[in-house]
Amino acid sequence: MKFSSLKGYAFLYLVFLYAPIVLLPVFAFNSGTIIAFPLKGFTLDWFRDLFANQTLGLALKNSLIIAVSTSILSTTLGVFAARASTRFKFPGKTGVMGLIMLPLVLPEIIIASSLLVVLLAVGMPLSLFTVILGHTLMATPYAIAVLNAAFSSLDRSLEEAAYDLGETKWSTFRLIILPLVTPGIISSALMSFTISLDEFIVAFSLAGKETTLPIYIFSQLRFPKQIPMIMALGTCLVVASIVLLATAEYFRRRGLAKTGAKDTGGFL
Amino acid sequence: MAASPLKRWARSEAVNGYMMISPTLIYAILLLAAPLVTLVAYSFFTDGYLVVIPDLTTANYAEAWSDPIFRSILLRSVIVSGLVTLVTVVLAFPIAYFISFHVPAAKKSRWLFLITIPFWTSYLIRVFQWKVILNYNGVINSILTGLGLTDHPLQMLNSIGAISITLAHAYAPFAILPIFVSLEKIDRSLLEAGLDLGENRLLTFWRVTLPLAMPGVIGAVMIVFIPTIGDYVTPELIGGGKLPMVANVIYQQLLKIDNKPLGSAMAISAMLVVAAVALVFLFLNRRFLRGSK
Repeated sequence: MKFSSLKGYAFLYLVFLYAPIVLLPVFAFNSGTIIAFPLKGFTLDWFRDLFANQTLGLALKNSLIIAVSTSILSTTLGVFAARASTRFKFPGKTGVMGLIMLPLVLPEIIIASSLLVVLLAVGMPLSLFTVILGHTLMATPYAIAVLNAAFSSLDRSLEEAAYDLGETKWSTFRLIILPLVTPGIISSALMSFTISLDEFIVAFSLAGKETTLPIYIFSQLRFPKQIPMIMALGTCLVVASIVLLATAEYFRRRGLAKTGAKDTGGFL
Repeated sequence: MAASPLKRWARSEAVNGYMMISPTLIYAILLLAAPLVTLVAYSFFTDGYLVVIPDLTTANYAEAWSDPIFRSILLRSVIVSGLVTLVTVVLAFPIAYFISFHVPAAKKSRWLFLITIPFWTSYLIRVFQWKVILNYNGVINSILTGLGLTDHPLQMLNSIGAISITLAHAYAPFAILPIFVSLEKIDRSLLEAGLDLGENRLLTFWRVTLPLAMPGVIGAVMIVFIPTIGDYVTPELIGGGKLPMVANVIYQQLLKIDNKPLGSAMAISAMLVVAAVALVFLFLNRRFLRGSK
């Protein structure tokens, strides 16, 4: 009895979670220019507008440059930190890791304003590069969280066996450790990519005159005429992020299977 | 043939650890610690026209805190975040409980995946969709008028309630995951023991499950409260810019009005408020953790 009422609640909760997303394609294919019911008819015009929009194309290109750079940088920094925190004991480790993981619990506006103040103070011009710096800072803790799981499921005796067989530190890392954590690295890279692609307030503060995808979306949301196109854009983004997430999840599971760890589920 | 002290030192675990973590640590020091310190320093500096004069003063804090508008915005931010946190955590608990206790083990990660998907799709668009849903001619009002339940569409936007629902939606997975993790850790035999000793299900839940899940609940509270208080987008889009929260005034001071010291003082003030709330919850968490041992 209790089971079924909980199940009903879970269903309603999923409706609440998915309602805003399900409505995206509904309005993206609706020919009415006003976002309201009743729907008018079917159209692909909004998608045509979307793909013909050059400002949007530029914003997307900028966002992709930022997201790919962020993904590479934060995953690299994440590998160092995850390896250090799972393999070595050193004094002050809690404090060091606390500082590195701090962006997870810092309101984004604080990260944005402190970086803005310091970048302007040292006279660095605001550009895509400064956004990359900010996004890397924000994405690194997430990368570490994913990579920690990958590194902590490593069996240390494999590494010791490699040393005993005459491998050096670096060749052991390359031949033994790296292949085992590769799925974790891929899923961390995809996650950092997604975080960066979607991030608004830090980009808004640090991009200067440049435009990223979220900055462009935010600027367009003020104009009712542009909303149907934004709905089409949202539909494309949802599809893209589901594909990315499914890929990340696939690699995460494969990584767990490789190292023989138990699946504890979830990304975070 | 003993290794020289220098060599032994270089091979010690501590040095290896620091070598390994140094790139990430240096990055965090340069782009996190240094900027935060600068922000604190700026908050005590004096604003000159287009420049910041390093004359130490507490005038910025005095100005911020004596300004009734800033105080009311800060209070509104705390109230909205508190409301969002309450709604999010209360709605999330049954879901976490359902996944942990009623979903078969093999399907758990599929459920978690299902819950995290909306979280990874464009934040801005998700927030905006609530405007579409709550609008005067939006989804809810069309349904209500369509069913003949009301003649006058409800005015739901530009309210604290609308901001709270939107944020509660945006942060749902953040609340579910920590509660789920702490529920997963509960030893199921404790529940059986409770039932065997004559407690009914409700009492067992109240006296065993809930106290053991408390660290997760408090984790969820922190993880929702801290980012929502600094949210910029939702007050702009859903509050119509008429109900600014603290992030909106900080942004305005730093970029639009260009009074960096005052903006910094506001940012630091907001951070102190967040930290104070976080410390209270951490303290509660510690008490619960001790209690459960």
